[in-house]
Amino acid sequence: MATGTAVDVVMPQMGVSVSEGTITKWLKQEGDAVEPDEALLEISTDKVDTEVPSPSGGVVQKILAQEGETVPVGTTIAVIAPEGGAGEEPAEAPPEPATAKAAEETEKASGAEGETPTDEKVEEAAPAPAIEEPKPAPEADGDGRREGKFVSPVVARIASEHGVDVSQVEGTGRGGRVTKKDILKFIESGAPAREAAPAPPPEAPEAPKAPAKPTEPAPAAAPAGAGETVEPMSAMRKGIAEHMRRSLDTAAHVTTTFEVDLSKVVAIREGLKREYEQRHGVKLTYLAFIARATVDAIGKWPWMNAELRGDSIVVKNYVNLGIAVALEGGKGLIVPVIKNAEDLNLLGIARAIQDVAERARTKKLVPDDVQGGTFTITNPGGYGAIHGTPIISQPQVGILDVEAMVKRPVVIEDDTGKDAIAIRPMMNLCLAYDHRLVDGAYAAQFMRDVKTNLQTWDEAAY
Amino acid sequence: MAVKTYLQAISDGLRQEMQRDERVFVIGEDVGVYGGAFKVTQGFQEEFGAWRVIDAPLSETAIVGGCTGAAIMGMRPVAEMQFADFISCAWDQLVTVAAKQRYRAGTPIPITVRLPSGGGFSGGPFHSQNPESSFAHIPGLKIVCPATPADAKGLIAQAIQDPNPVLYFEHKHLYRRIKDEVPDERYTTPFGEARVHREGTDVTLVTWGAMVYTAAEAAEQLEQDGVSVEILDLRTLIPWDKEAVLRSVEKTSKALVLHEDTRTGGFGAEIVATITEEAFEHLDGPVKRVTAPDAPVPFSPPLEKAFIPQVEDVVAGVKDLAEY
Repeated sequence: MATGTAVDVVMPQMGVSVSEGTITKWLKQEGDAVEPDEALLEISTDKVDTEVPSPSGGVVQKILAQEGETVPVGTTIAVIAPEGGAGEEPAEAPPEPATAKAAEETEKASGAEGETPTDEKVEEAAPAPAIEEPKPAPEADGDGRREGKFVSPVVARIASEHGVDVSQVEGTGRGGRVTKKDILKFIESGAPAREAAPAPPPEAPEAPKAPAKPTEPAPAAAPAGAGETVEPMSAMRKGIAEHMRRSLDTAAHVTTTFEVDLSKVVAIREGLKREYEQRHGVKLTYLAFIARATVDAIGKWPWMNAELRGDSIVVKNYVNLGIAVALEGGKGLIVPVIKNAEDLNLLGIARAIQDVAERARTKKLVPDDVQGGTFTITNPGGYGAIHGTPIISQPQVGILDVEAMVKRPVVIEDDTGKDAIAIRPMMNLCLAYDHRLVDGAYAAQFMRDVKTNLQTWDEAAY
Repeated sequence: MAVKTYLQAISDGLRQEMQRDERVFVIGEDVGVYGGAFKVTQGFQEEFGAWRVIDAPLSETAIVGGCTGAAIMGMRPVAEMQFADFISCAWDQLVTVAAKQRYRAGTPIPITVRLPSGGGFSGGPFHSQNPESSFAHIPGLKIVCPATPADAKGLIAQAIQDPNPVLYFEHKHLYRRIKDEVPDERYTTPFGEARVHREGTDVTLVTWGAMVYTAAEAAEQLEQDGVSVEILDLRTLIPWDKEAVLRSVEKTSKALVLHEDTRTGGFGAEIVATITEEAFEHLDGPVKRVTAPDAPVPFSPPLEKAFIPQVEDVVAGVKDLAEY
């Protein structure tokens, strides 16, 4: 007999302000064998989409939350039984006792691995469940009702009429169910309707929130009109929507645009490209140059790397550079953060950008990768855009929008001091800044330095 | 105004109706010389004569059939079944003939059938039943189930004057146990109007007949535990006061139906179904029933007590719903 006990798999905490996650896909099914740290499922939160590794090896004994379900952080979503011990109950009461069926599936699973179960193995798996009586599932009582979660018709109607999120109401009914009296009391107490989903990050406890709109009706599933298709918003989409709206309601956005001549950067990149690729396995992009030039300029203009916290201006002596990465198929946007970007030279920053972009697209980011940014760069220029007015990622002060590099005729001064028209690789850099903290002159001088860094690129310095 | 028992109130109402309307006559087993098994018609034969207070042979078929014929001829007969249980013998006359005559021939059938019903005194399976739901299912019949002396008097007058066959369920356990003030003059109590026996805010309890008192006692106890029960006495099942029930459910959002009849197909099921159909968005819990189990009424006193819903059963049922 195996001696291990079953291990619960819980919804992981994917960031300090993340309270719940949605299961997008189970990579293993009940009865499947799983190795320690092998990917078990994919989840989606408002911050990050990621795979969840199995906390231990064994057999998936029970899946307790199905694909598409959203559950609070810490909720048990699966149980992993030790190999051969699928029938054993863990010391603490499990969500459901193992049954003969689980043992059968264990056998099936080991068969599926291409092993022929020996008599010995069958004996190992079978006896334990055989002596156990299946017990009724604990989540339902005699009436078959589920404790706590049920929203009664009258509560649903009142919630809908008043735009109240029932999950915000404290329930005093059986199993914590929200009763009609609970929701009426909640409304009478003037509680806000539908609070903004993710709380502001803890660094900004007094960051103003979007004003509550008590009369706003609850978002019911929209009916589809002729020629329309309707799908629910993903957790990430909701997160983006809330954050963008909140940022516009918070910061005084101003966008300023600078034209930059990248002739020198183009020439340097041509020279370094092959070496970076072959010696370091790193693709050298224009974005890496711009990131490096920006981080350097932030050193001279520290308020671009600050934060308004209540009535205080909080300046950081480190640059955590966010790089906005679009996910394939228009599925959203994620902003992984390069920590301490001020420590990195051109090679380091190019490597870091490549790394986070790759991990963002393959859903390998961990929560730390998306937290704590102090300044953000976004790069729609890759698709040909030449101007934009980006929205700041709160609680940051600035976001730099990198536009397309376009060959344009420009007037230059030649060596003799005479004007001439030349074809130059030109790029627009659009900076959105929060005018609450940064004034136009300050932002322009910051951008002037970014521009100068790029136009007079000093290989030795970077 | 005088204090009268439930039985005296029925007797009073019936006598006044016979005094004011010569078309009214009484027929049944032992209703004449003996004054009825429960003495509702005591002294009637002396007052109105043998032609208006007729002792019938032991044939419920003949009694109801005779009443139906007399009604067609313009009379307003009042039949007494010695026990409500015995009405099964008259099923065909009542259901096939009386209930459908108006529809088939346009002839009104203004008959009243008095049905001493209910248990609680070890009467056993043939003398304790509450068969109201069987007849509630028959279009053309009206069903009356008074709980108070005042309603007993007003409803017997209304039943006699109604142009349709009316089944008047008088609960035997209330006959001499329940006394209350009853107006002396003749009056009628309209059909289809429920009576609020007790106002409350947490749970609506719908009931009728003897269970009104069981409910009231339970409500007293529940009040101590902070649960406020609103008791509706339907008074008549066909027609029943749907509006009053729905109004109360809209207020409390929780409902329980209590009846002494057995569970499956009992009239409580009809009320519960209507509430879920028409007040669904007002519900904050399952609509519950407290009823007798699906079994014949036992003779044995402890078993009969276990069979008929008791105060503690109602308290438990309401509490479960209040805490939901």
